[in-house]
Amino acid sequence: MQFVNLAEAEKLNPLIPHTAELVVGFIAFSLLFIVLRSKVVPMFEKAFTERTNAIQGGMERAEQAQLEAQRALVQYNEQLSKAREEAQTLREEARVQGSAIIEELRTKAQEEAARITATAHASIEAERQQAITSLRGEVGALAVELASKIVGEALDDQARQSRVVDRFLDDLEKSK
Amino acid sequence: MRSLVRLSAEGEGFVPPSSNDFNLPPIFGENAYTTKPIFMVFFSVILISVFFIAASRKAAIVPSKLQFAGESIYAFVRNDLARDVIGHEFMRFVPYLFTLFTFILTNNIFGIVPLLQFPAMSRVSFPYVLAVFTFVIFHYVGIRKQGLGKYLKEIMFMPGVPKPVYILLTPIELATFFLVRPLTLSLRLFANMFAGHLLLLVFIMGGDHLLKGVIGLKLVSPFAFAFGIGLTFFEFMVQCLQAYIFTLLTALYIAGALADEH
Repeated sequence: MQFVNLAEAEKLNPLIPHTAELVVGFIAFSLLFIVLRSKVVPMFEKAFTERTNAIQGGMERAEQAQLEAQRALVQYNEQLSKAREEAQTLREEARVQGSAIIEELRTKAQEEAARITATAHASIEAERQQAITSLRGEVGALAVELASKIVGEALDDQARQSRVVDRFLDDLEKSK
Repeated sequence: MRSLVRLSAEGEGFVPPSSNDFNLPPIFGENAYTTKPIFMVFFSVILISVFFIAASRKAAIVPSKLQFAGESIYAFVRNDLARDVIGHEFMRFVPYLFTLFTFILTNNIFGIVPLLQFPAMSRVSFPYVLAVFTFVIFHYVGIRKQGLGKYLKEIMFMPGVPKPVYILLTPIELATFFLVRPLTLSLRLFANMFAGHLLLLVFIMGGDHLLKGVIGLKLVSPFAFAFGIGLTFFEFMVQCLQAYIFTLLTALYIAGALADEH
């Protein structure tokens, strides 16, 4: 058996190719090459290209968005500082205006107070005058009544009566 | 398989696996086109085609798992082998290099796939065919690029060398380009697969034979099997490496032929 095997081994040198295998190898490999080249490689290349484009497009979009965002930020900052300045000015103005208004109001109030006080004084004076006038009338009447009473009682005393009347008249005249 | 049959037929005496174990008989009668390696080569073609067509069919921007797997292999050949080695003209050669890599890799790995367990590349005819393809392609590319005369002149009379040296250098260069390159390319692949398969056969069939021996030998048998399993992992590495080397060298030869000066 061993001898047969050895003889066989010599006959079948592993470095000698076999026709059938050469043919099959050629056909099989060519087939595979055709299939892979026509079906697989173009599809993978397509996927790669699309992916590259998508990534590049995405990156460009992102860059653009970032630029825009930065621009917007600068704009907002400008607007914000402007608004702050404006607010500052407005506050300043308001303060000035406020103090002016207060001043004005105070003046007005003082004027009003003064006016009210003056009116009150005037009316008080008028009432006093009125009171004086009416008092004078009443005092006169009272005095006459009193005088008539006194005169009535002292009618019999002619001499006293005439003295009283005279004195009264004198007084009146003096007081005039 | 055949050795196993032979062993059981003989019943005694260990016959070490030899190169005969690579001569598998035709499955159907005497038809030389029905051997196991031939079926496996065709099977690999179908397997690779189906896998990559399924993986690339949608060509989506966001890949599915299958597409990602197929793309990874394709991108490896395309970018790491073709583009980095050949340069800007690489795209023309991607289909060939891709076919080469997947074809060799799949057939190599068949060597350790259960039930298949035979590397077709250990049949020297297949590496020969592949080497002839590479040989024809890189010479064709060189001649197309530089013209026949200039291409041959570049090979035979390397520029920048003193004239007397050509006596020595020209035969060497001619032999390198027309004999050594295709031969080493095919024999490297063949020998690696051949030797690897033989090693696996020795340890696994040896372990099997030890089991039939006396009790002492039975105890040794697991070590043989364990070593066989370890070697299987090692073989996997060698199988991937050989597919890579064959493709890389092809790319290098093409790049050399494309370059104005080598």
